[in-house]
Amino acid sequence: MALKQTASQTIGPFFRYCLTPESYGHAGIAGASLQAPGLKGEKIRIAGRIFDGAAAPVTDAVVEIWQADAEGVYPETAEPGKFAGFGRTGTDASGQFQFDTIKPGTVPGRGNAWQAPHIGVIVAARGMLGHIFTRLYFADEEVANAQDQVLASVPADRRRTLIATRGADGVYRFDIYLQGDDETVFFDV
Amino acid sequence: MTTKNMTNAGLPENEMPKNELSARDWSVHPPYFCETYKSTVLRSPRQKLIPIDHTLSETSGPGYGEPSIGTLGPDLTKSAVKNGLPLGERIIVGGRVLGEDGRPVPHTLLEIWQANAAGRYVHEADQHDAPLDPNFLGAGRCVTDADGRYSFISIKPGAYPWLNHPNAWRPAHIHFSLLGPSFSTRLITQMFFPGDPLLPLDPIYNAVPDEEARSRLVCDFSIELTKPQWALGYSFDIVLRGKRATPMEI
Ligand SMILES: [Fe+3]
Repeated sequence: MALKQTASQTIGPFFRYCLTPESYGHAGIAGASLQAPGLKGEKIRIAGRIFDGAAAPVTDAVVEIWQADAEGVYPETAEPGKFAGFGRTGTDASGQFQFDTIKPGTVPGRGNAWQAPHIGVIVAARGMLGHIFTRLYFADEEVANAQDQVLASVPADRRRTLIATRGADGVYRFDIYLQGDDETVFFDV
Repeated sequence: MTTKNMTNAGLPENEMPKNELSARDWSVHPPYFCETYKSTVLRSPRQKLIPIDHTLSETSGPGYGEPSIGTLGPDLTKSAVKNGLPLGERIIVGGRVLGEDGRPVPHTLLEIWQANAAGRYVHEADQHDAPLDPNFLGAGRCVTDADGRYSFISIKPGAYPWLNHPNAWRPAHIHFSLLGPSFSTRLITQMFFPGDPLLPLDPIYNAVPDEEARSRLVCDFSIELTKPQWALGYSFDIVLRGKRATPMEI
């Protein structure tokens, strides 16, 4: 390797007018809805809150997701009006974020293995010198989850932090704890 | 190809995902917890990160390019003009986005944001007692060309105070956000200016453990990028994670 990576720095508190600039009169590159006309798959809503080590809501974070379509295919280019596989939103005054998307299909893993349906999640905020990666899995995919290589690499007692559960309202809940007893599993991706 | 080329998972090389990336280089990236940067205390994970052997989920990524520029373009001095040009020192910032292997990263989107010349952000939460500039938003987007080159025009940002410690001031900086070729090449960073006396006092800049990696966050004055009778130029190259060297290349 001839060159060294450029170091990460915090996103800071003041990114919104660039990264999620709708309230400043500009379209963001991606928003909280990944749904598009004619898109195949089960429409779902994902919602969660982000908490710090004192269980206080993190109200100034940005959350990004990356996922395959219902057939397990990741899009290669992001074209306006088409499913981009990518979403971005900020947390609100209660630390909550929400995405409207479709449930991803199973995607190829290593070797001949398949991965359970999952969504890659990035969180960045003031006070985080680097963004963090995690994965969201679905509680109603028990069989596929039991065979997933990444879930298997996580200590059994922490796996639940990666699994979104569906409430009576049909919304998948996925809370993220940056620190503390319930700290979410974060990956070195 | 020989049978020696096995991955950690014991899979033959031909079953490794295409474009497998080199690891995140923790000798250059700051740790999540930094005692002198107070906001990290409650926002830093304390458990060890769990490594993922890369799959398509990590090596693929959203392909944002030209169509994503929208209304925030590469000339930050023009995008919010109401009744005149923004105040302050006009600058040209340019450079290349490269992988660790030195290969350019073409057609990739950069999102940039910054304070105005007085050190004030448009952001509603910025309460710094300094003027907003009606003609400056401070946000822009640009895309690298086939050689990985980008450039944008802006106003030199001012230093601004923050509450991290007594008399704390952030050195002048521009925020950069890049996705790069995959979800795993995502990089959020800050570019600083040469000779800034606040750099040695800044906990965020100094959280980068390696001195050389730190100094690469400081752009260089560039007479080549400087336009006569118009604006000073600064060069800033960005290196994203590259493809992992195959055993053949080692
Ligand atoms: Fe800043």
